[in-house]
Amino acid sequence: MSQTQIAGDPALKSNIPAGPLAEKWDGHRFSTKLVAPQNRRRFQVIIVGTGLAGAAAAATLGEQGYAVKSFCFQDSPRRAHSIAAQGGINAAKNYKNDGDSVYRLFYDTIKGGDYRAREANVHRLAQVSTQIIDQCAAQGVPFAREYGGLLDNRSFGGAQVSRTFYARGQTGQQLELGAYQALSRQIELGTVTMYNRHEMLDLVLKDGRAVGIIVRDLVTGEISSHSAHAVVLATGGYSNVFYLSTGAKGCNVTAIWRAHKKGAYFANPCYTQIHPTCIPQSGDYQSKLTLMSESLRNDGRVWSATKQGESRRASEIPDSERDYFLERRYPAFANLVPRDVASRAAKLQVDQGFGVGELHNGVYLDFRDAIQRLGRTVVEQRYGNLFDMYANITGDDPYSVPMRIYPAPHYTMGGLWVDYNLMSNVPGLFVAGEANFSDHGANRLGASALMQGLADGYFVLPATLPGELANQLGTPVADPNGPEFRDAEQAVRDEVSKFLSINGKQTVDTFHRKLGKIMWENCGMARNAAGLKQAREDIVALREEFWSDVKVLGSGNTLNQSLEKAGRVADFIELGALMCQDALDREESCGGHFREEHQTPDGEALRDDDNYAYVAAWEYQGAGKLANLHKEALEFEYVHPSQRSYK
Amino acid sequence: MSMNLTLKVWRQAGATAAGDFETYQVPGVNEDMSFLEMLDVVNEQLIGDGREPIAFDHDCREGICGSCGVVINGRPHGPLQGVTTCQLHMRNYRDGDTIVVEPWRAAAFPVIRDLVVDRSAFDRIIQAGGYITAPTGGARDANLTLIPKAVADVAMDAAACIGCGACVAACPNSAANLFTGAKITALNVLPQGQPERWARVAAMVDRMEDQFGSCTNYTECEAVCPAGISVNVIAKMNRDYLKSRFKDRRSLIRQADVADEA
Ligand SMILES: Cc1cc2nc3c(=O)[nH]c(=O)nc-3n(C[C@H](O)[C@H](O)[C@H](O)COP(=O)(O)OP(=O)(O)OC[C@H]3O[C@@H](n4cnc5c(N)ncnc54)[C@H](O)[C@@H]3O)c2cc1C
Ligand code: FES
Repeated sequence: MSQTQIAGDPALKSNIPAGPLAEKWDGHRFSTKLVAPQNRRRFQVIIVGTGLAGAAAAATLGEQGYAVKSFCFQDSPRRAHSIAAQGGINAAKNYKNDGDSVYRLFYDTIKGGDYRAREANVHRLAQVSTQIIDQCAAQGVPFAREYGGLLDNRSFGGAQVSRTFYARGQTGQQLELGAYQALSRQIELGTVTMYNRHEMLDLVLKDGRAVGIIVRDLVTGEISSHSAHAVVLATGGYSNVFYLSTGAKGCNVTAIWRAHKKGAYFANPCYTQIHPTCIPQSGDYQSKLTLMSESLRNDGRVWSATKQGESRRASEIPDSERDYFLERRYPAFANLVPRDVASRAAKLQVDQGFGVGELHNGVYLDFRDAIQRLGRTVVEQRYGNLFDMYANITGDDPYSVPMRIYPAPHYTMGGLWVDYNLMSNVPGLFVAGEANFSDHGANRLGASALMQGLADGYFVLPATLPGELANQLGTPVADPNGPEFRDAEQAVRDEVSKFLSINGKQTVDTFHRKLGKIMWENCGMARNAAGLKQAREDIVALREEFWSDVKVLGSGNTLNQSLEKAGRVADFIELGALMCQDALDREESCGGHFREEHQTPDGEALRDDDNYAYVAAWEYQGAGKLANLHKEALEFEYVHPSQRSYK
Repeated sequence: MSMNLTLKVWRQAGATAAGDFETYQVPGVNEDMSFLEMLDVVNEQLIGDGREPIAFDHDCREGICGSCGVVINGRPHGPLQGVTTCQLHMRNYRDGDTIVVEPWRAAAFPVIRDLVVDRSAFDRIIQAGGYITAPTGGARDANLTLIPKAVADVAMDAAACIGCGACVAACPNSAANLFTGAKITALNVLPQGQPERWARVAAMVDRMEDQFGSCTNYTECEAVCPAGISVNVIAKMNRDYLKSRFKDRRSLIRQADVADEA
């Protein structure tokens, strides 16, 4: 076991079961209390979010017989942002017989996360990964097949084994539809009540327990209370704090941020993942950034110019004047280095003036050699839909001109703190999927988010949540007309009126863009103390400005998209300040968190395990105030932390 | 290249309010903007002028979630084949163009506000039987069921539907046969889909007919589908529906026999 001097907060109980790593999950399931089938109807469970994590959990808990209420802000549960995932989902099936195993997936995930995740959680994730594929195949998810009818796999994002299952370039869509269909079946059977176009705007606590939520009906504006024995938040990630990200426009932090304000700790908020292969920005009007699947790096070669301010077209630049910088710097992994490494390398090239394209704001991802080697037909089969998408967005044809790519905010490893049962420090409040912090440490490996979302939803919560419910057998659900709910409802109504009454000069999007710029420049791919301090101050000032000068028109009693955005941006601003605080506090570089002060002589991330091998769980202290830090010390019994090397 | 456009947009304050077109002059449109980014720019201007912005559904802006969708110059999702509204880019327009923007028009998709409609009728079709009953936990190893690549490909082609509703909007009868046929095909061709094959098609078609118009083979739906779903799925659905009347009865009788013996 590695020894650290870190004193964890004894109040922060991770509840990791005792015993050997490989036996923890089975042992824990056996020792967790059960709820008898005839009693399950009496338990109300609220699940916010219908992405992979939320839809899978709602369907499964519904199947088990609990009375579930499910919420999403889109017009249909099927449209949760999981639907946009392209590349694939990992599982330790070892169908390719290339040396994969549960232990290797566990090991790769711990290492990929730069030794900032819990071993026990990650091992469980690797264990259930195989069941996920079985479950999805049984639901009819049309995974890619070999000619003989067996499932096909590919290698993805830095893995040296082929463990990624996929459904063309639409893996997320197909997994999401599988979960949505299972959920739809429960809706028809009446075990799940579905609330589309409803947004959660507060968490309600009674005697320190989570007992329900306040929601706004986005069509009628009605604000109502829902009570339950347990609340699950599966509300996705918060990359949109950067304004421009690969997230959908509606992705937000509101549900978990409001829970944070009610006492739930926010863990590792500064761990954000910048994805290396996105289409660079083309103008100020840009509303989002589009991801080009990581799988493209399997055959594409990344290069930049060797001359600053290169203005020739790609085809006119001879090989001798191209810098294949990933191949040069990382000969072993070359174009397949992990995301954080690839992103930083690209940023360095652009910062030094070697960027390509009209705005010099990207690098090339070139298929010329792949087309020569494999032929156009094979390349078309593998990437045809991605090439079409690229051509459609940029007007360039990637078969003849290399793609231009640049890193963009993509995934957030941070999220609400949860224990091994996925319960937050607030009893009765569970958090699943991208919204929790649990499994990816400081960096997530490609194709592992879909795995985690479905692991949490299909297998972990349905085993752990009943243990918490069992303690409440005989306790009636909280009264939704009780004072706790009435006060919370009133606060939400007051907030709506406040937004509509400010009548300032700047639109909500203007504030969102300003926030995004501050975050991207100071708390993005590379961070330093001076920038983070300044950013925090700027954000505090931006918050003041927002609450005195935002302009939200219309009424609270109709569909009002500016009003929806106003609430989300208000929360992003507060989150931004916390991210800067966390990034400033972590005086080391690890995974997606790169502090310029902490790097090796050749520019690689320099961790400090002695002082920072902990989870930073932040406790809210009031708007504009610094949050309080609670540490959960991380112990590595099986994988000894070492410097990640992809050379 | 920047253009000046004239936009005629359907504005409707609420479900029961009367709607009408409003005209906006939009200067300085960049050809690299997406159609929705152009609407964002219009909305920022409107708010600046103290007028409420145009409501429209959107989320991923990558052509996959199916949230977006408006009728552009009479055609759902605009002029391009296989492209959603969010993926339509302004380089497809010329300086001086007039663009008319309307919501999906179908009785089953009532307008909520401006360009936003209620498509929950689609969810109800899926709830009727658009799934394979496979409660979590009991699945056997995925490779025990061999699925020929060709079959998996047919399922995937059909499963690519994004549920946007353009097919209904394009159909003179407001029929939902392409949407329903796509889901039925995706599930009914797979080995895992066989046990519920006949019950599925019967329930889904009945639910569809309760809510939508009848298909008379205009095939306008296929022409506007951004996911490239072929009208073959409708033929497949119709064949299975016909057979279900016979198969379903037979399987019901079998179930009754088993129940008697038990
Ligand atoms: C473009 C893209 C490609 C990706 N590709 C891959 C990939 O190939 N492989 C991989 O493993 N991962 C991939 N990821 C990451 C992965 O898709 C996500 O991490 C994962 O799908 C998140 O699932 P989720 O269930 O946690 O949340 P989501 O799917 O984001 O769902 C969130 C849900 O919460 C609801 N919600 C949010 N806030 C509220 C509120 N206040 N009130 C009510 N409801 C609310 C939403 O309506 C939605 O239903 C990709 C991500 C992106 C953006
Ligand atoms: S916004 Fe998702 S498909 Fe257009």
